[in-house]
Amino acid sequence: MIKIVPVEFEPFSEVQAYQQQKHALRGQYGATNLFVGTMRDFNEGDSVKGMTLEHYPGMTEKQLELVVSEAEQQWALLDCLVIHRVGEVFPDDVLVLVAVWSVHRGDAFDASRFIMEALKSQVPFWKKELLEGNNRRWVAKNTDGYL
Amino acid sequence: MSIKVRYFASLKELLGRAEDMLEFDQALSVADVWVKATESTVMPDNTLAALNMEYVALDFVVSDGDEVAFFPPVTGGQYD
Repeated sequence: MIKIVPVEFEPFSEVQAYQQQKHALRGQYGATNLFVGTMRDFNEGDSVKGMTLEHYPGMTEKQLELVVSEAEQQWALLDCLVIHRVGEVFPDDVLVLVAVWSVHRGDAFDASRFIMEALKSQVPFWKKELLEGNNRRWVAKNTDGYL
Repeated sequence: MSIKVRYFASLKELLGRAEDMLEFDQALSVADVWVKATESTVMPDNTLAALNMEYVALDFVVSDGDEVAFFPPVTGGQYD
């Protein structure tokens, strides 16, 4: 399931609620991998006070569906839940949740990583930061996930 | 024939609007759509295009009723 949400969400209760209503998962999954992405208060050496996450309603969901279905083709997954925040966000807000259920851990770990990396390069989200001093700037590039 | 042209993020700011309706009577590529709709504004490097919400190359030819979108490279959320 994919959700784009304009308000704060609590990732762990979302996962718990989703899992509880998925009766088909019971007894089947041996691995659940969660990735939670949270907004930092710094970027590229500057203090960041807030951020606007813009998206393309319709295309964003469509591309995200595509990424998840690519993951489902590559790995043996039982279920996926992806929630992404849009709109005005602030440091410590949760921005994204990727939860993957599989029989064995390898599939859950690998598929989560794939979904995150594909999300960042293919799915239409754009971020505009509000810096200390109230300057605003578009973020022009992604990092490789380590720096 | 007519199509809707949409702009996102920094391109929306560059052009000062979020969308245009473009009327045309002969075949247009996605790149032609940009030129006509933006009155020949120079397209920023790395601009991406989508046709009916799927990524498309700039030489793809559009059809009546299509939705064409232009936007900068996507940058996900700030969670790396």
